[in-house]
Amino acid sequence: MIKIVALLLAGWLAPVSLLHAEALPAEEIMKRYAQVFFYAGQDFQARVSMRLVDKAGRERRRSLAMLRINAKTGLNQKYYMYFHGPADVRGTAFLVWKYADKDDDRWLYIPAIKLTTRIAAKDNQSSFVGSDFTYEDVSGRDLGADSYKVLKEESLGGKDCYVVESVPKGASAFARKVSWIDKSSFLPLKEEYYDVQNEIYKVFTAGEVKEIKGRPIIVQRTMKNLKTEHYTETTFENVNYDVGLEDGLFSERYLQRPPEKWIK
Amino acid sequence: MRSRLSSLVVLFLAFQNSWSAELNMHGFGQVSYSPRVTGLKPSAGKGDFIFAEERLQLSLSGSSGSNGFLTKADFFHDGLTGKSDLEIREAYLDLGGEIVEARVGRQIITWGTGDLLFINDFFPKDWTALFAGRPLEYLKIGSDGMKINLHLKTLEAEAVVIPFFEADRMPSSDKFFFFDPFTQVTNRITNKPNSDLEKTELALKISHTFSSWDTALYTSRGFFHTPIMIPDNFTSPTQITFEYPRRNVYGASARGSGIGGVVNFEAGYSDSRQDLSGGNPLIANSQALYLAGYQRQLGEDLTAGLQYYGEYMMQYDRYLTNLPAGFPKSDELRQLVATRLSRFFKYQTWKLSLFGYYSPTDEDFYLIPEVWHSLADGLWISMGSNIFGGARETTFFGQFDKNDNLYVNMRYEF
Repeated sequence: MIKIVALLLAGWLAPVSLLHAEALPAEEIMKRYAQVFFYAGQDFQARVSMRLVDKAGRERRRSLAMLRINAKTGLNQKYYMYFHGPADVRGTAFLVWKYADKDDDRWLYIPAIKLTTRIAAKDNQSSFVGSDFTYEDVSGRDLGADSYKVLKEESLGGKDCYVVESVPKGASAFARKVSWIDKSSFLPLKEEYYDVQNEIYKVFTAGEVKEIKGRPIIVQRTMKNLKTEHYTETTFENVNYDVGLEDGLFSERYLQRPPEKWIK
Repeated sequence: MRSRLSSLVVLFLAFQNSWSAELNMHGFGQVSYSPRVTGLKPSAGKGDFIFAEERLQLSLSGSSGSNGFLTKADFFHDGLTGKSDLEIREAYLDLGGEIVEARVGRQIITWGTGDLLFINDFFPKDWTALFAGRPLEYLKIGSDGMKINLHLKTLEAEAVVIPFFEADRMPSSDKFFFFDPFTQVTNRITNKPNSDLEKTELALKISHTFSSWDTALYTSRGFFHTPIMIPDNFTSPTQITFEYPRRNVYGASARGSGIGGVVNFEAGYSDSRQDLSGGNPLIANSQALYLAGYQRQLGEDLTAGLQYYGEYMMQYDRYLTNLPAGFPKSDELRQLVATRLSRFFKYQTWKLSLFGYYSPTDEDFYLIPEVWHSLADGLWISMGSNIFGGARETTFFGQFDKNDNLYVNMRYEF
């Protein structure tokens, strides 16, 4: 584990000029991808809106404030989420301590009975709040979980991309994943998930990309399930990095009394 | 009813004027019906329905800096009595600070780690809500008092002061069948602890998270919240008095990740202050209580939980010696196993769940199968059943055997 962390840190600290070097190994590409997609900044704040649409066009919405802080060293992270809507989950708060080398710790606060409870988190491929995104899609997948291969390099929507295949080393909801990763930003522009029959069943598409404090972020993203024809469109607003979140904020205390300042 | 309503309006107006910051108004409309399906009717009862009501909850909250307030008022119409009333679920002020915070007023407090098993959570509960399948939040009742939280670097402390005793709501003979050793005595009075300062309930919880283990110590000084029955005369009683004897609880809990899931442990000592010798057959003996739980995700959207709970009577010999003839005998150790299985379907718009209690010592059980469905954002329906049974009609769940019921709840939140 320590080895992986050291490798990753070495990768992230590489000079910028290296980022554009030719023929990066697949592992290196995926490290950069994880860094910009899930680890950008020391901390992160956003208001997230989700639109869940079924085959018949019926819509459901989720609105939440999301806060993240990275551990000072290593790959651990903490997430705090406060639900503004819909009405039946308003005030629910969710805390995740994410570890690179073991199952997450998750706490859930249910405001109607002032109850803080722990939830078992074995499967990061479960749906996140009923959407097409999984927990893993929200907070990242362990880098050691897959083996990677660069399939080709091609242009997508006018942007040069690495096309990287990820094959899970253990049991997983998908048999393989193919990602189109922007060579300049290292953000995924498209990802296709294949099942064991080698059929695409889920597609991630990046929409609008913004730059906040010099960091690119996909502020509009869609995950579509091709089998159920259900899709989820997620929009990030009020995005900010390095706002000075404190580690103590990611605690039971603030599940019970949400930090007004940060969850607007 | 009218005076309570007007005081609420005054409260609302006062806040509206003084609170320049953001005000939030929310709430829900809800209908709940629960018919008994055994075809049996309690003698004092009117029909098959245990519960039938329409309810509107209005919740108003606001905050200004680190201070805030919340009021939740439920207006409801009881379909069984035809009466309407108002219930203040919560009404409190929050005074905030970095290190010390206070919450003053009527508030719901939940302590402990059990899932529908309570050792250190002595706060008032409405057991009829559980037995009639009402939404889970109605199991808890607000306490009128003050809670102070102290946030220190190494630990958190929560002190609760409740000067106004709030009893648990227990099944009544017009709605439920249950075991009553004095069934022929209809002259009954209730004697609740009054609001004398020396009868104020006090509780303290000190908690700390060690790596990712939530640990806590608890102590409380108060009363049993479920009443005991005291006859004026054992051989030929003419009057029964419901009383709430003094009780202190000392306990601890720990909860964290383990064995691929979440494990929790909790223990407590229930100190029966008015029956220290254990010789009074009417007052529960002091007890050692413990529980161990394990919860695990078995698959996508599928979770299972298992709990083991025990109550050990401290002076069982004295209890046996003093138990009046003809009274049902409790075991020295009452054990209980509880399980919960729940599974989401269709993008979490459907949920099937099964909660079950089984006591190998009492030989009784209580099952709650439920289907929950979200029809749209904010709109859901739940349907389920409360199924009781046991070898004897004198045990905790066995006594409710004739109350098997179906329930339906539908709610629109805004």
